[in-house]
Formats: sequence, C-alpha cells, structure tokens
Amino acid sequence: MIEGILVEGLIFAIMALGILISYRILDMADLTCDGSVATGAAVATMCIVNGLGITVGLIMSFLVGVLCGLVTATIHNRLKLPVLLAGILTMTMLYSVNLRILGNKANVSLVRVNTLYDSFSTWFPFASTSVASLLGTLVFVVFVTVLMDLFFRSDLGMAIGAMGGNEQVIVSQGMNPAILKLIGLGLSNGFIALSGGLLAQYQGFADANLGQGMVVQGLAAVMIGEFLFSSNRISLITLRCILGAIIYKGLMFLGRKYGYLVGITPNDFKLLTGILVIISLTVAKTRTMASDKGARKKAIERTMKKEEGSNA
Amino acid sequence: MLDIQHVTKVFFPGTVNEKVALENINLHVDKGDIVCVIGSNGSGKSTLFNMIAGTFPVTSGRISVAGKDVTNEPEYKRAFYIGRIFQDPTKGTSANMSVEDNMNLAYTKGMKGIRFSLTAERRKEFRELLEPIGLSDRMTDNVGLLSGGQRQALTLLMATLSNPSMMLLDEHTAALDPRNAEIVMDLTKKYIEERKLTAMMVTHNMQFAIDYGNRLIMMDEGHIILDIKGEEKSKLTVQSLVNKFREIRKKDFTSDEGLLTE
Repeated sequence: MIEGILVEGLIFAIMALGILISYRILDMADLTCDGSVATGAAVATMCIVNGLGITVGLIMSFLVGVLCGLVTATIHNRLKLPVLLAGILTMTMLYSVNLRILGNKANVSLVRVNTLYDSFSTWFPFASTSVASLLGTLVFVVFVTVLMDLFFRSDLGMAIGAMGGNEQVIVSQGMNPAILKLIGLGLSNGFIALSGGLLAQYQGFADANLGQGMVVQGLAAVMIGEFLFSSNRISLITLRCILGAIIYKGLMFLGRKYGYLVGITPNDFKLLTGILVIISLTVAKTRTMASDKGARKKAIERTMKKEEGSNA
Repeated sequence: MLDIQHVTKVFFPGTVNEKVALENINLHVDKGDIVCVIGSNGSGKSTLFNMIAGTFPVTSGRISVAGKDVTNEPEYKRAFYIGRIFQDPTKGTSANMSVEDNMNLAYTKGMKGIRFSLTAERRKEFRELLEPIGLSDRMTDNVGLLSGGQRQALTLLMATLSNPSMMLLDEHTAALDPRNAEIVMDLTKKYIEERKLTAMMVTHNMQFAIDYGNRLIMMDEGHIILDIKGEEKSKLTVQSLVNKFREIRKKDFTSDEGLLTE
C-alpha cells in the first residue's frame, strides 16, 4: 500500500518537475500540461499495444511532449499571445489529437501486453511485485532528475533560468529569448508527457481525460515542496519538488481512505487541491510579510541603538 | 562608429494617439566619442536609445554601427556590439542567480550550449575583475541580495566584459543615492577610458554634461536642436546652454529636472 503511494508519487513527480520548469524556472504559466500528459499516455500506450516496445513508447511520449511544448511556445512567440492563452489553445487542440491517437476511443487498455511494470518484476526478481515497481520507478526518476539537474547547471540551462528572472538580461547578452522559451517549454512538456507514459503503464490504460486538472495538482506538489526547505541549488529544488509530489499523493490517499469520516468523496478532490494551492500561496505570503516585519523591527532597533550611542 | 540617417519614429501611427517621437534624426558619432545627451522628459532621448539598441523598429531611416547596417537587426543581435545600461538597476542582472553565474552569462555573447564553462580558472579571473568593485567576496551570493549601486556596478562590468563597440548609458545613475551614483559614475569613466569605448550617455545633470565627454547633444520634441563639440563645448556654461535653448526654441527651458545642476 505504502509502495503504491510512493510509486504514484514518483510518477507524478516527473510531471511536477515539468511544472517546476515552466512555472518556476521559466516563470511562464503554461497550461499545455493538461493536454500533453494525456498525449504522453496515449502515445506510449499505442506504441506498446502496436508492438513497438516499451523503450520506444517512452522515448516517443517524451518527444511528442516536446512537440506539444514547441507548439505552445511558437504560438506565444509568433503571435505575441500570452503564454496562458497559447497553452489553453494547445491543450484544447490536444484533446482531439489524443482521441485520434487512441483510435477514436476514450480509453485503451494495456492489460494484455507487457508494460514497464511487468519488466520491473523481472529486473528485481528478489522483491515482491509492488516493491519491484517502486525500485524500478525510483531508478527511473533518479535518472531523469540527474539529467535535469545537469542540464540546468549547464550554460544553456543557466541562461534559461536567467530568462525566467529577467528577460532583458538574455537580450542584452545576445541571446534570442524566443529560442530559450522553445527549449524550456519543450523540455517541460517532454517531462510531463513522459510522466503520462509511465502513468498509463502503471494504471494499465490510457484515458483521453487523464489530464484534467493536472496543472493545479502539479502546482500543489511544487508548492508543498517549497515549504519543506528553501534553497537556490537546482539539485535541492528538484529534490523538494519530488518530495512535494509524494506528499501530495499521500494526502490524496488519506483523503480517499479517511475522507468519508467527514463526508469527503473523490469528487471533492479537485476542489480540495485548489484550496490546497490557495492555502500554500497564503502561507507563503504571510511568511514573507512576517520576515519583512521582522526586518523592519530589527532596523528600528538598530537605529534606536545608534541614536542612543550618539547621544551618550 | 554610429551612423544614424533620417531616422523617424512614429508611435501608434494612424490612430488618435499618433505621436511622432523622433523626426528625421541625423547623427554621426566617431570612434572614441563620448556624447552626453540632455533634454526634458518626452524629448525623445529614450526613444533614440531604443532605436539604436533595436528595442523597437524604426518607422523610417537607417542605422549602422561600426560600418554595419543594423536597421533590421533585432535587439539581441545588436547586443553583440552595443552594450546598454538602464536606469533601473534590476534590468541588467538576473536577481535569482549568483554573481559568478551572472558574470559567466556575460562572458561570451550569444546562444549558450550544454557546457559547463564556469571553471576554477574562470572563477579566478572573475575574482580579479570583481575586486575593484568590492564584490570578489560575494561571488556565490544571489544578485538579488546586492544593493542598487552594487548591481549597477556589476551590470557595467558585465557589459564591458565582451568589449562592445559602443555603450549606451541611459541615466544609469539616476536611481542611485548620491554616494553610489558617484561610485558608479567614476567606474563608468574608468572603463570608458581604459577600454577606449565609444559612449552615449543620457543625463539630467547639465553641469555634468558640460564637464564630461567631448560632445553634447540637446534634444527637444523629437529633434536634435543642439550639437556642440570640441573647443566650443569646453567653453560652455549652464547659463549659456539655457540661453542657447531660449534662442532656438523661443521658449523657456522649463523642465525642473533639466535645470538641476547641483
């Protein structure tokens, strides 16, 4: 059971990393996610069902995700549309595309074919199925995270991070921000689609409605992570994002298991997730205000002391 | 170095808000020139700088820098030969990155690759460069923690790092307190002298514009109304400048800021 939560959390963490890239590193509110996560699931599923294999399925889901991000970034760059609107456009279009990929069906099952989670059992024969799933997912997530950390510590990754803070700096240093946005949003949606590809294999089916409300859930994970500790090192930022995703899934599990005691059903989860994000934002704001207040108090004390010193 | 021919800029053309910000500007700046630009608010100084840097396209006319026609080049491409410092100290650096990462970003212009170029050797080089502005001990601190003066000094250092052909200084000390403004201005003079840079500097301080540089340009309502250089400039006083303005425009130089002479 605990393994199940961890596996779900880890798969969800890859998506949260994608959200981290768009919302935090690029500072772009990209809603493509709601579409691209289902696209990733659909692509991986159809590749595996049609016998192309698990590896090809995952690589394809990542690449198609990158493509989704490129579409959003291009709409934003070319038409000067706010990225929010560009993302909504892509997301809406993707809903139809996803149904096409799934052969005009709302969902496609993976029960009769071998998935990554069947392979994990053979990789770790000493462990039970659930522990093997956990170990396999963990290895996968660590691999993906290390790659992401390395990328954002490279010159190119640094430039993308700098653009999120201040676009003028990038222009002044002779870089085209449009290209950095293409790379950033591409990578973000690549991660999100990859997470979709894993999720489809874990739950055993791909669903055209998979992506609904995913952005808000991912944001909730990112924000929970930010409460854990503060840092400006990318490796710690990604780590806390992963932990946030696991905690989020844990909270949702508790909600499912004990929610009935207070009359909460899974139907309420979207509402609760939204409230969770609002609470996180409120607490973060209160914290900043408190530290500002603290700084002001200290400053006044310092001035008083100085004046006392000069009077004496 | 810089050649501006018949440049006109019209904002919101064809609407009721149509505004001619620059009208048929012709300007030639030689290599090594240091040009101070003065003029009241709305006279077109900032628009002129935006045209040179490429922030917005010109409505008509041509601009060339170092013998190259840059009229249709976007801002990020012109950044290879034009270094620009803004009034707002937060514009030139990325607040959520460390000092050394900012320096590394500016070390080579243009698109970056997936490389890790911030080596120990380069850190040493940065430490030496940062020593004169007192930031060598704060290389791993986030730039957001620095004061406005320190940030502007860092911006200046970053802009000169890639040896641009010319510098555009857009009232870059106006947002700083007097002491920091002086420090940054001294640093500016030092870099310009050391690296023999060509520079254009917008300032509201008439006395400073008279004392510094070898050329002075006054703008009003989208025109260059005064262009004083060399011998003539060295004889200039604030009063004679104000009188000249009156003569040309048949009106008083009323802007309060323009009269600030300190």
